[in-house]
Amino acid sequence: MEFTKPTIEYATLWPLLVVFGVAVVGVLFEAFLPRERRFVAQSVLAVLGLLVALGGTAYVWTQLDEIRVDGQGVVARGELAAGQTLAVDGPTIFLWGLVLLFSIAGVLLFAERRLEGGVSTFAGQAAALPGSEAEREASTRGLHHTEVYPLLMFAVGGMMLFPTANDLLTMFVALEVLSLPLYLMCGLARRRRLLSQEAALKYFLLGAFSSGFFLYGAALVFGYAGSMQFADISEAVRNGTGNNALLLIGMGLLAVGLLFKVGAVPFQAWTPDVYQGAPTAVTAFMAACTKIAAFGALLRLFYVAFGAERWDWQPMLWVIAILTMLAGAILAAVQTDVKRMLAYSSVAHTGFLLVGVLGVRSAGAVGTDEITALQSVLFYLATYAPATVGTFAIVTLVRDAGGEATAFSKWAGLGQRSPLVAGAFGFLLLSMAGIPLTGGFVGKWSVFTVAMAAGAWPVVLVAIVASIISVFFYVRVILLMFFSDDDTSEVTDAETGWGAGTVTATLERVETAAVTKPSLLTSGTIAVCVLLVVLLGLVPGPILDLAGDAGQFIR
Amino acid sequence: MNDFPLLTLLWVVPLVGALAVAFGPRGALAKQTAVVVSLLTLVVGVVVATQFDRGTDGFQLTETHEWIGAFGVHYALGLDGLGLLLVLLTVALVPVVLVAAWNDAPDDTARQFYAWALALEALSLVVFLATDVFLFYVVFEATLIPAYFLIGGFGRAGRSAAALKFLMFQLGGGLVLLGSVIGLYVVSAQAGSPSYLLTDLQQVDMSTSAERWLFAGFFIAFAIKAPLFPVHTWLADTTERATPATSVLLVCVLDKIGTFGMLRFCLGLFPGASEWATPLVIALALISIVYGAFIAIGQDDLLRLIGLTSLSHFGFITLGIFVFTAQGASGSILYMVNHGVATAALFLIAGFVIKRRGTSRISQMGGLEKVTPVSAGLFLVAGLATAGLPGLSQFVSEILVLISAFDYRWYVGAIAVTGIVLAAIYVLWAYQRIFTGPNPSVLQADVVAADGSSDPEMRQRVADLGRREIGVLVPLVAALVLFGFYPMPLLDVSNPFSESLLQQTGVTDDGPRVPVEAQEAGR
Repeated sequence: MEFTKPTIEYATLWPLLVVFGVAVVGVLFEAFLPRERRFVAQSVLAVLGLLVALGGTAYVWTQLDEIRVDGQGVVARGELAAGQTLAVDGPTIFLWGLVLLFSIAGVLLFAERRLEGGVSTFAGQAAALPGSEAEREASTRGLHHTEVYPLLMFAVGGMMLFPTANDLLTMFVALEVLSLPLYLMCGLARRRRLLSQEAALKYFLLGAFSSGFFLYGAALVFGYAGSMQFADISEAVRNGTGNNALLLIGMGLLAVGLLFKVGAVPFQAWTPDVYQGAPTAVTAFMAACTKIAAFGALLRLFYVAFGAERWDWQPMLWVIAILTMLAGAILAAVQTDVKRMLAYSSVAHTGFLLVGVLGVRSAGAVGTDEITALQSVLFYLATYAPATVGTFAIVTLVRDAGGEATAFSKWAGLGQRSPLVAGAFGFLLLSMAGIPLTGGFVGKWSVFTVAMAAGAWPVVLVAIVASIISVFFYVRVILLMFFSDDDTSEVTDAETGWGAGTVTATLERVETAAVTKPSLLTSGTIAVCVLLVVLLGLVPGPILDLAGDAGQFIR
Repeated sequence: MNDFPLLTLLWVVPLVGALAVAFGPRGALAKQTAVVVSLLTLVVGVVVATQFDRGTDGFQLTETHEWIGAFGVHYALGLDGLGLLLVLLTVALVPVVLVAAWNDAPDDTARQFYAWALALEALSLVVFLATDVFLFYVVFEATLIPAYFLIGGFGRAGRSAAALKFLMFQLGGGLVLLGSVIGLYVVSAQAGSPSYLLTDLQQVDMSTSAERWLFAGFFIAFAIKAPLFPVHTWLADTTERATPATSVLLVCVLDKIGTFGMLRFCLGLFPGASEWATPLVIALALISIVYGAFIAIGQDDLLRLIGLTSLSHFGFITLGIFVFTAQGASGSILYMVNHGVATAALFLIAGFVIKRRGTSRISQMGGLEKVTPVSAGLFLVAGLATAGLPGLSQFVSEILVLISAFDYRWYVGAIAVTGIVLAAIYVLWAYQRIFTGPNPSVLQADVVAADGSSDPEMRQRVADLGRREIGVLVPLVAALVLFGFYPMPLLDVSNPFSESLLQQTGVTDDGPRVPVEAQEAGR
């Protein structure tokens, strides 16, 4: 096989390279800097690197080539890079921006040290066995991991690469680059280490499995199309040459790999355990950014490579979307732990996002002023990410003697004790529930609309039912925080029996958690997230237009 | 003055007031601020009314700005006859409610109550003013948040469960409505460029089946809101657990959005489907009228009783809307206003009485007439207004609706009339059990047991209404009497609206027109 050296378009790819470069420098820091100086150096380096990459992303956006079609204006923007293995186009850049923005939030949460009394939320020494002498020693010496920063940077790099990949092999490499650091980071919790390590192991085993599926699918599709390139696959699909069975099986296996990453039913089993076990800061980062990256890849794969084969994959996604929404919402409704509830709610959100993915129509069918499926999914991701990061950031604050208190029973009455924090949490939950005047509502509106316009009204109906169920569990938490202290000294009606239940509940209330005052890192992150959700709810226009201007994927 | 965004000012004033109360000073000052703000809003409302030209139909004082271009959504406000009456009802009732709730909660939490109440007022006003369906939907749903906190935060034990039930019903309806709102976008996008402006949507031609589906979504949401049988079950629990002041805001202002929406959106956007659904809707309305009255008779909890009477009244309002005559529509609009005033008075008096008696159980009251004649008298006036006694305002609206109902089908009218008979029973029987009869010794024992030796408290418990309480009730009762004898100002505003609405729906009004003057003479 002849090997040709690809040309690298540094002008468009440099934000990606900056992230990987910073990750490598971080590893060097880890090797050469003295331990006590690593924390500051690593965290500052990470933030700076991400900021530079974010600025670069914005700059690259302005430099993208515009691709015009007569009569429709600009339909796409961007170019293929690195020997056509990468597609730097409008949606890609939009996703880069989102990933980078919320990675910065992730780094800030990682760097929080006030909550644990001077040390970070990560284990002192991951290699020390839980409960061992070595662990006690690491703890008394106040050690904490700083390797998480380079790990995070590698993951961010993988997340940026994932939706950019324009062939199956690059996509697989990106999948691994983003996943491996995440597996590690999940196991690094300072408290409840066994739970954390178990989560990491589960995530790794299931993740490795799903990667295997993806790779197998890639091989089959290669067998069908004779190429890994999305453009070639698309061409082959359009011409209908080759063995159709290979294509269908390959497509299914690729879908398994991607649907696992986004946490769609029936590949959602890892979500609650991993979200619960991982250090909450990691969960916040992972929940938001992995979903952004994986949906970018999913969209590109199905819209670009298999776009002509829509009639074959749409029924499959219909079923998966319906199952995901219902299972996510119903399972979330029976949880008694905040982190697990949020995990299942993220499954439900995956379902809502898939509803948007289903809203794709052939280019001619969409009116010029109408919102497109891609635009709606991009916007939904933009509203989902701040709400997720914000809620998990707040979860890190609510603590009792044993660290973070995530059981519902301990959140009772939080609204009376810390109205501001509970109010922010309630607001973010309302956004996730899709109540108007929040970003979540506009996001939900847009994905439902495109699906309805594409004729997928049964899915939209199920989505509405799932929304009603999800309202229930979000509102129940708000209820718990604000109204759990029913004043029983007031008029009670013994006959109705309603009052009585409340009385016992009040008496049995166990020790509750309180809000620990965080440093500016966490509180700033929360404030920015809440602000974003408010803005996206009140003036969604600019971001919607930005997502619309991104245009279509290029091939 | 023409370009001044008067309608925006109308909702911004209470919203800013809500924020000021929420984050401003604590204690009595917060309450005073809230009342001043609500009075300011009332002033703005009156100014709006003076700017309103009653002769012309269509929206006035309009403001239109693009909000979300990608969705064809505008920030568009406008006022027509229907909107004006409900706006005035809202701005007039809120100050009354705020003063009535003065001692409902301790000072530190009272601030929250006042802030949420003002927020609810602001959002409700936008609902009545919105001329863009998306904007309407957004605020329609957003009103639930303050309402939820008002129910869950203040009131009696079991209120948090009631709040949850309330919210689940309302949001369920809201999400069904969301389906229809999205459908409207799709329909309007297919017809050209997507737009949510009412004026644009009325031009859109939609297929019969699409129209019926969209209508169903809107109607279900409004039926839950109003409420109608069989989706009324949240109403009784909510009114029982919430404070009377909250109930006034909910039943007299917020629930009007349901019937308001039926007029503006169901009839305005989907006239064909509305006509198609008429038999079912009228059946539901009749069931609500009779069933609501029957179960109201059986209630032992005073607040629950009043809540359920509203089910019956909302049945009347819906009936008037769906008989498709200008007269019926006008009657319904009038009914909304009159029901708001009468029920508000009833709820507030009931609250005052319950506070004195320490119980809301009708069976444990009795004989209050002798001790508190003023509250007894006012209760009777408000109650009889609810029951449709001639000379009090609700009679006029009831008769308009009933005439239209008889015109539509004689048996519809006949069934509806029984609602009035039953109303007399639930009002008078409740009055009898609460206020008449021997002054029970329980009353005395209660006071002593609750209070021991402390005199002033004891006196307050059995004392008649204080000056603040009477001051709150007088304007309401005055309105009941005034509009009972002189409903013209209201009809002048509602008639042009109803006529243009029905013209636009293309339904010929072939019922015999009974001039309003004749009715007044005949009364």
